[in-house]
Amino acid sequence: MIYEVFRQERKGQAFQHAGSVEAADERFAESYAREQYGRRGESVALWVVARDSIMRIEEFVDELNRNYHRVDGYPLKEKLKEARERAGTTAPRDR
Amino acid sequence: MSERAQLLLEIADDELILGWRDSEWTGIAPFLEEDVAFSSIAQNEVGHARALYELAARDLGTTADELAFDREPSEYRCSELVELRLPEWERTIARHVLYEQADAERLEQLKASNDAEVSGLAAKIDREEIYHRLHAEMWHERLKNEPRYVEALAELQPLVGKRNGHLPELAALWEEMTSVRRSQPAGTTW
Repeated sequence: MIYEVFRQERKGQAFQHAGSVEAADERFAESYAREQYGRRGESVALWVVARDSIMRIEEFVDELNRNYHRVDGYPLKEKLKEARERAGTTAPRDR
Repeated sequence: MSERAQLLLEIADDELILGWRDSEWTGIAPFLEEDVAFSSIAQNEVGHARALYELAARDLGTTADELAFDREPSEYRCSELVELRLPEWERTIARHVLYEQADAERLEQLKASNDAEVSGLAAKIDREEIYHRLHAEMWHERLKNEPRYVEALAELQPLVGKRNGHLPELAALWEEMTSVRRSQPAGTTW
């Protein structure tokens, strides 16, 4: 069985995928996850979950090419610059 | 030698020799995850040995390294159980299970000691041993009906706590374990 391991580096942070361990059952998976992702103090918490329990979504249908749903294709940089010039202000980092 | 130093050496020698023996699986354990886990356990045992030697060394006016590596094989106080070279996984796990059981009992006694240094160190060691015990228990559960494992348990059980003399295998391990220290290249001090 393959178990996926997610680790949290500091309290309050999001869990991130750390890797996977191969183990005969949940007890072995716990032990191996501890050894590989927790013993050096690199994690404050782990999530260990059987790969089979993860729902996988890979297809995202967009038959009608409704690209107006997407956030790309709207470069704001130039428009913002022009607006700032009109308003007589500068970008936050230049202030 | 004080009774306390003797006791500390006995445990430290057990942990050091077992750590060395368990580390013989590094790189060749049955599968990768187990390789990492078992090597980590081996490293922990050597770490426990070091802490125990340091305490004993203070009583004896010497250093942990000298106690670990400069004594003759005959002076070690470890049990025969940890001396065996066990290139079979089921026998290794049988030793691991037997050792962890015996070690748990020993640590419980030490934790109840009136000697604050000893009870404090035992408590510290025990917090790591919890994971060794979990590891031993889950392997035991998995193998407990396998004839070769059952046989190995019966074979090794009598060696737990057998400390009158040593197996010939200890001498060979000692050679290996102390070779770098004994080599002392010119211009170095350890």
